[in-house]
Amino acid sequence: MEYADIIHRCFRCGYCKFTREYQDFNCPTYRKFWFETYSPGGRMWLLRAWLNGEVQSSKRMAEIFYSCVTCGNCVEHCALDFRDNLVDIFVAARGEMVEKGLVLPPVRDYLKNIRIHGNPYKEPQQERARWADGLGIEQYAGQEYLLYIGCVGSYDERGTKIARAVASVLKKTGLSAGILGNKEPCDGNEVRLLGESELFQEMARQNITMFKELGVKKIVTLSPHSYNAFKNEYRELDGNFEVLHYTEALNRLVEEGKVSFSGLNETVTYHDPCYLGRHNDVFDAPRNILRAIPGLALAEMSKIKKNALCCGGGGGNFFTDIIGSGEGAPGRDRIREALETGAKAVATACPQCAKMLEDAAKAEGVEDRIKVMDIAEIVEAAGMRTAAD
Amino acid sequence: MARIYEALAEIVGKEYISDQAEELFIYSRDPGTMDPKKPDYVVLPRTTEEVQAVIHLANREKVPVVPLGGGLALSGLSRPLKAGIVLDMKRMNKILEVNEKSRYVVVEAGVSQGMLQAYLKKNYPHLKHSIPDSPPAATIAGNVLIHGSGHLSQATGFHSEMLNGMEVVLPTGEICKVGSCSATPYWFSRAPLPDLAGLFLGWHGTTGVVTKLAIKLYPNPALKDVMIFLTENPDHMPDILFKVTGTEMVEDLNVSATQLPDYMEGLQLTLIYVTANTSDELAFKERTIRETLRSYIDEKEGGFMVVPTFAKGRFLEAPLREMTKFSDTKKGGGFEYVGAIMPIELFPKAYRKGVEIAAKYDTPYSMAIRIIGRAHCMMFAYAYAFNRADENDRKNAQRALHESNTVALEMGGIPWKAEEPAQQLILKQMNPETIKLMNKIRAVLDPNGIMNPGNWEVR
Ligand SMILES: Cc1cc2nc3c(=O)[nH]c(=O)nc-3n(C[C@H](O)[C@H](O)[C@H](O)COP(=O)(O)OP(=O)(O)OC[C@H]3O[C@@H](n4cnc5c(N)ncnc54)[C@H](O)[C@@H]3O)c2cc1C
Ligand code: SF4
Ligand code: SF4
Repeated sequence: MEYADIIHRCFRCGYCKFTREYQDFNCPTYRKFWFETYSPGGRMWLLRAWLNGEVQSSKRMAEIFYSCVTCGNCVEHCALDFRDNLVDIFVAARGEMVEKGLVLPPVRDYLKNIRIHGNPYKEPQQERARWADGLGIEQYAGQEYLLYIGCVGSYDERGTKIARAVASVLKKTGLSAGILGNKEPCDGNEVRLLGESELFQEMARQNITMFKELGVKKIVTLSPHSYNAFKNEYRELDGNFEVLHYTEALNRLVEEGKVSFSGLNETVTYHDPCYLGRHNDVFDAPRNILRAIPGLALAEMSKIKKNALCCGGGGGNFFTDIIGSGEGAPGRDRIREALETGAKAVATACPQCAKMLEDAAKAEGVEDRIKVMDIAEIVEAAGMRTAAD
Repeated sequence: MARIYEALAEIVGKEYISDQAEELFIYSRDPGTMDPKKPDYVVLPRTTEEVQAVIHLANREKVPVVPLGGGLALSGLSRPLKAGIVLDMKRMNKILEVNEKSRYVVVEAGVSQGMLQAYLKKNYPHLKHSIPDSPPAATIAGNVLIHGSGHLSQATGFHSEMLNGMEVVLPTGEICKVGSCSATPYWFSRAPLPDLAGLFLGWHGTTGVVTKLAIKLYPNPALKDVMIFLTENPDHMPDILFKVTGTEMVEDLNVSATQLPDYMEGLQLTLIYVTANTSDELAFKERTIRETLRSYIDEKEGGFMVVPTFAKGRFLEAPLREMTKFSDTKKGGGFEYVGAIMPIELFPKAYRKGVEIAAKYDTPYSMAIRIIGRAHCMMFAYAYAFNRADENDRKNAQRALHESNTVALEMGGIPWKAEEPAQQLILKQMNPETIKLMNKIRAVLDPNGIMNPGNWEVR
């Protein structure tokens, strides 16, 4: 297995379980299950034991690896030099499980659905652009940007609302962008994270060819997950596009004074999506947008940016839910943290986070006390103005 | 077996018990060199009552119980030598009370060093506890119970001396309080009562499960600095340490001596930590310490190292990550140390033995010494990194550690948090009446011999 030569270097010291200042355990699976096996160090030692034949393949072993939300907290806080590879190692372990046919049913179903339907929702490709009905969003035809929506934004009930908000906001700013509509393929980010690297490469190569044929140079994404795939993974396969998350594109316009807001009297907290924040260092753009809204008070949670707690949806768990629900589910912990700030809304910039947090607020019975909104939805509610207004 | 499993699941909830191969593998070993010992169950209690119920069950079924904190002692103390239940205490992680005026904190046994530090920083920035350099996941209880030491130990002694009281589930299941909390609502001290804390300190979890404890807090001055005094002759160290501690101006005092990197070979670095509330106070203290060591500088026997401000950070953080990074010395993920507690005057001998043993086992020497309680004694650590992937290297480190334990005892020191084989070395030279007393205490407290059996046992 790739990285097999460094797995033994984990000391199992546990720095990786914490935030930088140690105020809390921050590995979502360790917090939920409390067994050392579900901590990053536990996974490292188990993986070595599994590769050495000291522990056998089992359902629990698969659960331990597939519950990891690939949030990257361990990468950020591990005390040793191999830290950058931690998530890659866990993904490689999943790769071994895929190869050996040891994946869990929800993982298998996800991968099967991608193969058969091109999306995890088993929805027809012809329905992919339904989310955009009536918005008058242009098809991509050589505009400056390709606006890439992704599977969650295209099919998920909550996701489609966010897609509509993002596309409407960007349209209003006059950003030159078009969508692929019913031709849009899955980006493959979760396929890679679930350990199917071959399928991912196949998908990525096809997408790169398609984008290139269409003359795409710049991509703006709705989802941080697509952003991550295009920005970091496609590049390695010769897909060199300039990639922006939509909050970055919007923030540029805010900074240039091209958009402004009427205002919103609301206290809002912001949840950093892992694939925007920790994995890609985009911390300021969404916050700057919020700060530019008159009347909006940004009340930060105690764990933010590199120390943010994952919503529990990463690493494919949004679809597979191996990490599971219950009181210790990361989304519910995060909602409790959001409530502590006194905010009436938690903003985020990822459809997966939005859905996870909204479900968590319901499970906590606090959906009346705190709304979950995407930045684009907040921007709409704040009455965005452009030069045209 | 199924009956015990069901009963444990009934007590803690089925999510918090495991007898699965994965957990049994991980909980059978720690990051040090000792051989694995497999438990039958891993149990994660949340309350004192759950711990009590587990202990009652263990007595009924005659199953061993091994309390586990961070599992970072390195000497294999929380491996279940005779199988049974590993009781991972980390879900009991509430900080229960801070008494600001009497400067103490009451915590559940699973509260980690890191979390207490962060909690105080946020809520009581003028207070701090004495943090060890262990990774932040180490628990307050695990550390106090093994007589750990940390950043305030020079000034105030072993962490066990900072203990004000505790709640313990006895091996027979009674929930007992020790210290002022046994008679009043306050957890201010162990005096003036008969000091029962000794029944649980240094016993490696063989006399009960501590569920709550109170430790002392100390003022947290605004400024902190480190001065590094360099010497090349270990014979000077007892005097240097005596002099520096004599100034009463030092918060923490450590000595580091390592063979790597090459340019450090043969040197002793005395790290003198000074804290103050104003820059004048800091300057005065540093001046006084410099003056105290003037004769060594004049005679060219030592000198202060110039540490640029940017390089000070890694010496000033707490805990020191550098300590953990030692495990990566051989890119092998392992290290363990013998921390021997011994009088200061043994420094030169202990140092030379350390160099000798490391050379014999063909590994670079690395020694770290923390001064305890104004040089009343020191914790002299012989650290050996090893490559976890190389079984011979692990065994080599194990042998080097055992020899270090033997030598420490021969010199008049006592291995701290001793591995089971080192416990045997200590028992061998212990006063027989002391051993009898220990056995009597255990027989009374733990008639069924369920608590961490195999530790402190005369073979
Ligand atoms: C890099 C590094 C640096 C270190 N630096 C220091 C240092 O500066 N100072 C220092 O003192 N130590 C140091 N250590 C050693 C060790 O990590 C610490 O002493 C640590 O605090 C031990 O706590 P723990 O929670 O890990 O205890 P564990 O290892 O879990 O337990 C230690 C013993 O206490 C028993 N025990 C634990 N909890 C309970 C309980 N609730 N009731 C009854 N018995 C219990 C266990 O059975 C075991 O016998 C260091 C270790 C490392 C790896
Ligand atoms: S992954 Fe890094 S921080 Fe975590 S236990 Fe291993 S070495 Fe320590
Ligand atoms: S990526 Fe996140 S969930 Fe996975 S081991 Fe690291 S900290 Fe835990």
